Amino acid sequence: MTESTKPKVRAARKTGRRHPLATVALLAIGLVFTGGAYTAFSASTASADTDITSQQTIDEGKKLFTANCATCHGLEAQGTGDGPSLIGVGAAAVDFQVGTGRMPMQMHGPQAEVKPVQFTDEQIKALAGYVASLAPGPSIPSPELVDGGGNAANGAELFRINCAMCHNVAGAGGALTEGKYAPALSGVSGTHIYEAMVTGPQNMPVFNDMNISPEDKRDIITYLKYMQDNRSPGGFELGSLGPVAEGLFIWIFGLGTIVALTVWITAKSN
Amino acid sequence: MAQDDNGGKDITAADSSGLAHAEESAGLAVIARDALTDPGLPPHHERVTDIDPKAEKRAERTVYTLFYLSIVGSIWAVAAYMLFPMESHNVGDVRLNNMFIGLGITLGLLALGIGAVHWGKALMYAHEGIDVRHPTRGTEETRARAVEIFQEANEESGFGRRTLIRNTLIGALVAFPLPAVVLFRGLAPQDQNPVELLSHTMWAKGTRLALDPSGAPIKASDVTLGSAFHVIPEGLTDLGHGDGYLEEKAKAVVLLMRLKPEDLHELPERKDWSYDGIVAYSKICTHVGCPVALYEQQTHHLLCPCHQSQFDVANHCEVIFGPAARALPQLPIAVDDEGYLIAQSDFTEPVGPSFWERH
Repeated sequence: MTESTKPKVRAARKTGRRHPLATVALLAIGLVFTGGAYTAFSASTASADTDITSQQTIDEGKKLFTANCATCHGLEAQGTGDGPSLIGVGAAAVDFQVGTGRMPMQMHGPQAEVKPVQFTDEQIKALAGYVASLAPGPSIPSPELVDGGGNAANGAELFRINCAMCHNVAGAGGALTEGKYAPALSGVSGTHIYEAMVTGPQNMPVFNDMNISPEDKRDIITYLKYMQDNRSPGGFELGSLGPVAEGLFIWIFGLGTIVALTVWITAKSN
Repeated sequence: MAQDDNGGKDITAADSSGLAHAEESAGLAVIARDALTDPGLPPHHERVTDIDPKAEKRAERTVYTLFYLSIVGSIWAVAAYMLFPMESHNVGDVRLNNMFIGLGITLGLLALGIGAVHWGKALMYAHEGIDVRHPTRGTEETRARAVEIFQEANEESGFGRRTLIRNTLIGALVAFPLPAVVLFRGLAPQDQNPVELLSHTMWAKGTRLALDPSGAPIKASDVTLGSAFHVIPEGLTDLGHGDGYLEEKAKAVVLLMRLKPEDLHELPERKDWSYDGIVAYSKICTHVGCPVALYEQQTHHLLCPCHQSQFDVANHCEVIFGPAARALPQLPIAVDDEGYLIAQSDFTEPVGPSFWERH
């Protein structure tokens, strides 16, 4: 057997002909290599860009601030009658408010609404860097605190005690007084949830690290991610809004079915 | 014909048209003459299944197919119980188990019901008939006979004569519900005055304020401006569920908030109940006892989610909206030598909703 295969291999080598797919393979390897090298390079430059403590970023942020925010928050971020002082609110507050599109505000209302984000990531980082340079405040959390890899059960208990009364036990949001509301938490990034807890945007209370430790905050984010990624074991959630949505459903569809059946039963057969 | 009182005679459209009403002159009186006349029965229509034997066959097939489906549904429900066990600790299994058993039972019952109704509507005897209404009052003989029966029964049983038997029977019937009353009384606290229990909580002079659920004591410096801490008394976490953990927690839970001291309008007699803008209020709504914890840090309003009572934390938690009748009770707090927040005393009034002795 081995003797018979050897001459064949030798023969293939001798012809010097490449496999028809060799060119394709070579091209693919080349492309992957250049692409990989480029991403590695650009990633390293991007991370250098987001160093929000550099003087260049702060200067850039100050320019953006003067052009976009100073009307309400004052030229030195000291606050005016139209907007609060931003001294000491920290990078986390800026990243949350601008990163979710709440700021710059479109108009005065019961509360600032989520809308399409108005700035690029670099611009948000620059603004955050500028505001953080004014006075110490909460910083943007590190990625490992918001990765959702904590203890979901502990997070659920903390969420029920500290958050569920406003945000609903499934994080579906709920009404507050005079048109204000606690927003739904599904689809909100872990970073923004963390920043909201440490900064207390608008009427939300502050949950500082002595109240809920960074580890516990990570668990809460884990719980919210779990709720988002797993289907409800009870079937249709109806928005997880509880008795209002469920009652409406059963009144319309449950009673509707009964009425339709009654009409059918009493109608004459044709 | 399963109807009575018309001697099995069908009343057809021809019959009802025969009941023409006598011509009456329309005078000034508006009494009997304007009353609605009996329109009689609508003319009888033959159904498709009465005329067309094919349709009849089809209807018959539909009905027995529905009954077969019902059998299939019921058997499927039994099979689903075995095919989708919920022995694993996965909630997804419970969902499948419930869903498939439910679908089977639904099919079993729904197909049975729809089949029966279709049978009745499409195939069963369809001629209209009238059941003549009986007079409600019985004849004199029947009524006299009924009274007679009662008298006979009284004589034969001796109910009126043997008074001891009668009275003991009444006594036994009165005594019968008593065990239920005693058993329900057993649900209430034993050897303890419920008024006393409702009037006091676990808080006492010097009890440290601790975080819910960890039980870690809270320093005044931890409570930054705009914070809301959910607080239990220190030592509560040492209680087991058998020692009244939930009962004590249900009364003692407190919400701790820090406002700017200039925003806080305190009553003169409560000036020393707060610490540097930190105030502590009972979390139990004075309306019906829901936990009030929807705190808005800018308006300083507390909202109860059950009935929308609102309390103003800046003004000693007075009611500003909703059905609650009293302000939330305030827990007087101070700071100990190590900087931890402590209670000065228990609440100075009962927490939570009104009860008999407190209005």
